[in-house]
Parts: sequence; structure tokens; C-alpha cells
Amino acid sequence: MTLPMRGIVYSRTQVREAPAGFESQAPYQLALVQLEDGSLITAQLTDYDEDAQIGDPVEMVTRKLTTEGERGMIVYGYKFRPLIK
Amino acid sequence: MTGVSIIGAGMLAVGEHWSRSIGELAEEAGRLALEEARLTGADAVIVGNAYCATLNQQTQLGSLIAGRLGLVGVEAWRCEAGDASGGVALRAGCLAIASGLLRTVLVIGVEKSTDIVGAARLAARNTSLDADFETVNGATQTALAALLMRRYMHENNLELADFAGFSINAHRNGSRNPLAMYRNLLRPGVFSKAPMLADPISLFDSAPDADGAAAVVLTAADAAKTFNAPAVHISGSAIANDSLMLQDRADPLRLMAASQSAERALIQAGLDQRQIDLLELHDSCTIMTALTLEALGYSERGQGWVWAQQDGARIGLTGELPTNTFGGLKSRGNPSGATGVYQAVEAALQLREGAGDNQVAGARHAMIQNIGGLGSTVATHILSAAD
Repeated sequence: MTLPMRGIVYSRTQVREAPAGFESQAPYQLALVQLEDGSLITAQLTDYDEDAQIGDPVEMVTRKLTTEGERGMIVYGYKFRPLIK
Repeated sequence: MTGVSIIGAGMLAVGEHWSRSIGELAEEAGRLALEEARLTGADAVIVGNAYCATLNQQTQLGSLIAGRLGLVGVEAWRCEAGDASGGVALRAGCLAIASGLLRTVLVIGVEKSTDIVGAARLAARNTSLDADFETVNGATQTALAALLMRRYMHENNLELADFAGFSINAHRNGSRNPLAMYRNLLRPGVFSKAPMLADPISLFDSAPDADGAAAVVLTAADAAKTFNAPAVHISGSAIANDSLMLQDRADPLRLMAASQSAERALIQAGLDQRQIDLLELHDSCTIMTALTLEALGYSERGQGWVWAQQDGARIGLTGELPTNTFGGLKSRGNPSGATGVYQAVEAALQLREGAGDNQVAGARHAMIQNIGGLGSTVATHILSAAD
């Protein structure tokens, strides 16, 4: 199954109390993004200069999420950034 | 189905028990419940606990706790369903008694959360989320609740202050409960100014992690009178699940498992929700209370927050729908896997007219609801006064 790369912000928060592995990134914005096919996906928002708003158009990008273990293996994944028109 | 009764109940103060082990806490609660039932043991010990593996580096709680109680050769095991673990353990106990296979069951809820703090504790508790799609993206339970609350505020055009009454009510009731973790009153006005954990959820919106243990002894209703102990009937018992993740739900603002488990429990009890005299709800955050009141049919969609108006007067001890009568998770505290058993003990005290300063006058039927995650496991029980 292939998901659309674009959607809108369904809801968002700014995480101030972050779990282990994410402390150095806090505060960061977490969202439920509603993709163009209607499905929801949980992801961080990136490249925002201010608080995201519900309804903002966003697109998926590949980003570093965290590092794991003593050797610092990088975990890559998806985040969403404001749609560049 | 054979009816099930609670014939003994006990609970410890909720708080930070840094000098006591998880086994000690569970043992003491178990002894309190057994003493009230005038028993020295039970056929089974069923433990509700959420995070012993990650918070305490300990598993096999069943054997650990039963052994401390001097019970060997019985069956003893643990139920886990995140913060619904206690309610699930109670359900397991009901199934065991109703099946007729066991005569007495000791259900103990226990959690020891506060030995680790900050980011490590959040990571330990995050094991109840989806590891591959939520945790890996930096989500926490509070952050996911914040997503629900922000959406709810957006759809219904609400402000932060509209939720204050839920926390004010919890603290008003908790201030009368000597076992509550935070007995301070919450002044109207401070709620909206509290430091944010994950906006719009603040310190005064979210329930505190806590240590605690509570226990009940179950037996068949028709055998209860032979025990010479104060009995309360469990007239309804049900669990329903929902998708683990919010993102997989057709409508994240509808707590389907809360509706379904409550509906089943009410049918078993032969009651409708208007006959319930008091509620013990899973107020891990105020948005959960608002959504639960909608799921239970006390409000239309988008209207659950209305119960928070006038500082929560309508859900107060003398209001039309007394809710979280001992302080709920917000003020009594949230000892995760123990919370569902605390709710059972608190409701049992109400129905025995033993709730002291927290008593709801003339209470006959109580509904208790314990939620794992953001509604992915919901255990609902209805307790009724003995005739």
C-alpha cells in the first residue's frame, strides 16, 4: 500500500516533556496528519518557525528521528514540513 | 452467570513510596483485603500491573506477591493492559469466580512508578504505545491526549478554561481523601496558567504518576453471606478494545471501547446509565473525562465538557452525577496498574456507606471505568449495594 505524501494537520501539540531518546529535541511538534486519502498518521512536524495550525497543508520528508544504543545508530523516518508551494 | 461479590477491600496511600518495594506495597494491600474478608488466603492471586518489567526490572509478580502473603501452591499471575491493568485483573477475577472453578480470588493492583523520573519514566511508560508508529516518532501518552484535546477544542470552539472544572472537582474530592496524593484545592483561574507538558495539556490537567496498591477479595454472590464480611455485588463486568493507535480509528474523538464495555456492563446489571449514582472515571487528562461522558451517553458528541462548568458543581459529591468521588486519577493519583483496583475499592466503600467525608448519600450503583492508552483497552464494572 502506498500512502499519499501530502496532507493537512488534523491536530498538533508541542511536546515539552520528552521520553528518553528525544530529550535533546524538546520541545518539538507532534501531529496527527490527515493524508490526502483521508488516513491519519502520527508524525513530528519539522521546518516550522512557529506553532503549526490545524488545517495547515504539509508534505512528507525523510529525517533523522533519534539515535539508538551506545554506538548511536541513527534511526531515520518520516516527518512532515509545511507544503512548499 | 454466577454473580460475583467483593467481600474484602483495602488500599494504601497513593504517593511516592521510595522506601518500600513493589512486593511490600502489594503484600500490604492484599493483607488489608484478606483481613476484611476474614480470610488468610485465597484460591488465586491475580495481579494488575502495567510497567513492572520496564519500571522495576521485575516480572513474575504473581509468584512474588503470593509468596510474600505466604500463599504457595495456589495460582498467581499478572494481567497487563497498560493503565487498564487493574480493571482487567478485576475482570479476570470475575471470570474465574463466575466460571465456578475458583471459590475465592484476591485481586491486587500495584504500581511502583516513582523510583525513576523524567525521560526514563516516560520511555518506560511508552511501552503501552505502538513502538513502530508512535513511540519512534517521539509520542507520549500525554502528547497523544493533547492531540485529542486540541482537535476537540478546535471542533467545538473551546478554550482551556472550559476544562478546568474537571480538575477542580477532582481536587475538591481528593482534598477530603486522606489517601490521596495531592490534597490541595485547585483554585479557579490557576488551571489555564499551569506549565504545559504538551499543549494544551498542562500540569493541572494531567494526572500524576504514582506508587500505590489496592486489593479486593472476590467470591460467588450466593456464597458471600457465609463469609461474615461486608459484601458489595459486581453486577456488571466487561472489557472492550479499540485500535491501539489513534491514527487507526475512524473518529479519534469517539471512545468506542468506553461505550461498548459500558453498554455490556449495564445490560448485565439490568440498568441504564441514568440509574448510576456515581462514576469513577479514568481522568488521566481532562479530555478523557469529557470524551468518556460522551461515550457513556451522558452528553452528545462535543458536549461532554459542559459537565465541567461552574467548577464541576454538577459532578461534585452532591451534584447530579458525582464523579471521581475520592479525587480520581488527578488528585488521588494514577498508580497505573493499580488504578482500576483503587476505583473498585472506592466504589465499594461508597456502596457500603463507608466513604467518610467522600460519601455520596444513598449510593446504590456505581460505574467504574479503567482505560489503557487512549481508550485502546477499557474495563468497565458496575458495583451495586448488597440488598
